[in-house]
Amino acid sequence: MDKFRMMFQFLQSNQESFMNGICGIMALASAQMYSAFEFSCPCMPEYNYTYGIGLLFIPTIWFFLLGFVMNNNVSALTDEWKRPTGKRTKDPTILRYMFCSITQRSLIAPAVWVSVTLMDGKSFLCAFSIDLDLDKFGNYSLLTGLSEVEKLRLLARIPCKELFEHHEIREAASRYIKCISQACGWMFLLMITFMAFLIRAIRPCFSQAAFLKTKYWSHYIEIERKMFDDTCKEHAKSFAKVCIHQYFENISGEIRSFHHHRSGKGDSDDEDEDSRRSDEEKLLGIRAQDDMNKVLWNWHASKPALALRKDQVDGENNGRLNGEANGAANGFAKGHTPDVEKREWAVYYSKV
Amino acid sequence: MERLKLVLQYFQSKSESISNVICIILALVSVKLYTSFDFNCPCLPQYNKLYSLGVMIVPPIILFFLGVLVNRHTGVMMDEWMRPVGNRSKNPAVVKYLFSAMLQRAMLAPMVWILVTLLDGKIFICAFSVSVDPALFSGLPNNTGLDVIKVMAKVPCKEDIIFRNSSFRKAVSRYVRCYSQAVGWSILLFLIVLGAIGRLVKPYFDDHAASLQTRYWSNYLDVEQKLFDETCVLHARDFARKCVVQFFEDMREDAVLRLPHPLFVTNPKVEWEDEEEERLHGVSKQEQVDQLLNKWYYNKPELDVTRIAHRPKSCVTWEDRNGKTLYSDV
Repeated sequence: MDKFRMMFQFLQSNQESFMNGICGIMALASAQMYSAFEFSCPCMPEYNYTYGIGLLFIPTIWFFLLGFVMNNNVSALTDEWKRPTGKRTKDPTILRYMFCSITQRSLIAPAVWVSVTLMDGKSFLCAFSIDLDLDKFGNYSLLTGLSEVEKLRLLARIPCKELFEHHEIREAASRYIKCISQACGWMFLLMITFMAFLIRAIRPCFSQAAFLKTKYWSHYIEIERKMFDDTCKEHAKSFAKVCIHQYFENISGEIRSFHHHRSGKGDSDDEDEDSRRSDEEKLLGIRAQDDMNKVLWNWHASKPALALRKDQVDGENNGRLNGEANGAANGFAKGHTPDVEKREWAVYYSKV
Repeated sequence: MERLKLVLQYFQSKSESISNVICIILALVSVKLYTSFDFNCPCLPQYNKLYSLGVMIVPPIILFFLGVLVNRHTGVMMDEWMRPVGNRSKNPAVVKYLFSAMLQRAMLAPMVWILVTLLDGKIFICAFSVSVDPALFSGLPNNTGLDVIKVMAKVPCKEDIIFRNSSFRKAVSRYVRCYSQAVGWSILLFLIVLGAIGRLVKPYFDDHAASLQTRYWSNYLDVEQKLFDETCVLHARDFARKCVVQFFEDMREDAVLRLPHPLFVTNPKVEWEDEEEERLHGVSKQEQVDQLLNKWYYNKPELDVTRIAHRPKSCVTWEDRNGKTLYSDV
């Protein structure tokens, strides 16, 4: 059991930490892209603002959409949203929960881009240099005698080191704008951290029981999807194996029985026989193309109800408790099958 | 690999050590953030103080919220505080203990940021260079057209041309940095003395037995929540597997009578299938799962596991055809 626990923990943490890992990688990619990107302000009054603000927002939107694309659960969400109701009712809170968790993960890389851009300050300098009032920085008579258009052109050249000759004004102005940009950056970080704090720490005050339910079922939906894919893959493999085997048999003209023997016969420990039997079992009774198509179609059009049948869960229990019915059978079995399972005899002794 | 597993298991079993590790990682992140942050003093009299104090105060607040967020105990504490009483009585001492532990851990990263800024001195210089009396130092540049306040405000900026040929800027910086470091070391000393006194004096004011109990039950709550989450995940997995298999089997064309198999022709079942059925614990319907989760919140079970610890074990006895006992578990 301990071995199972560790394996499960690894798997479970693996799935979640896989998502978190992708999230972290995208955040790092976002920061790295910013430092690798060569920011080059156009230094013209008509385009400065567009370039500066565009560089602040467009990669943000792009990273957000990329987060959606890279998240595996988006297709699970759309599946659950679009499927016909069928035997299983739809719960809108589950859809909302899945959407919220996908959105939260996708918001991290854009937030990193925005905060890195604001802390660096270049985009703000580019966008707002034409709005500067140079008198703040000292008695500079640069702007006297210039027309409006020329004033704007001069101010627009501030972000470009090579185009603006008065270095001390440029330094003072860029320091000023960078300071404002960093203040905005810190405020942005404070705001998102505070909102995250409100959501995570204060939420248990409201509807915690409903939250447990939604968390369980949304996780269930993802697992069920994966299980279905795995079962289909296994089924396809067994289907193919049996199909090919049958084909060869048909060609060779021999007919060999597939039904497993009653047990205990000497040649039943043939390895091929065993593997063929397990392949048959894995087919789960679906042996024709039409049947398989029906399975796949109904999986979307009419998902099964969330209620496991009693006989499947308690199949063995029934056998265990049904003493009289199996008494004769057991008597028969004891004589002929020395390797019968332990479970046939169950005697309850209490430790009291 | 074995050693790694052991280490992981050790850390996971003690929730406190994980919280401590995360707390220290956050403190290191705080230092890294400070070193990578490009501090940019505006060097203007109206904005210097505002900017510097902003940089000294806002990041600690952010780090504090982050510290509360990443701590597992926050969720455990809020759950325990907000839940209805149900079968299990509430112990306010546990909630208080969790709250104070969470608060202490969350305060570490902000304190580290503040101390690092003070010991480094840049921020103090930016904030308080205008308050320095220039008469203490020689070499104040007076050939610029600017008044004294504006000149003093430019001291934090190294590249400014008005300080090109004088040592005035360096002298003032050194002076303010000295103050800043003194304040930083004093705060550090104060905190350490406070911590030491707290540690020494606590046993006199504390009931040791009660505090042992509180620590036990707060650790228990954390472990219980973790295990519940894990059990839910395992259960969901098995539920899903059974649901899918059932779905496939329902699609069979040929009608199959569902009778219990005569036992002597039972398919030899794989061992893991039995463990799976056990893991379902008899909860096999949507309504049952919903009811279970509802009850977990509204009516947590009492802390008494006598029933399951002493439940009757099924023993097996092997007898041959004549009734002679070959083997018995009894």
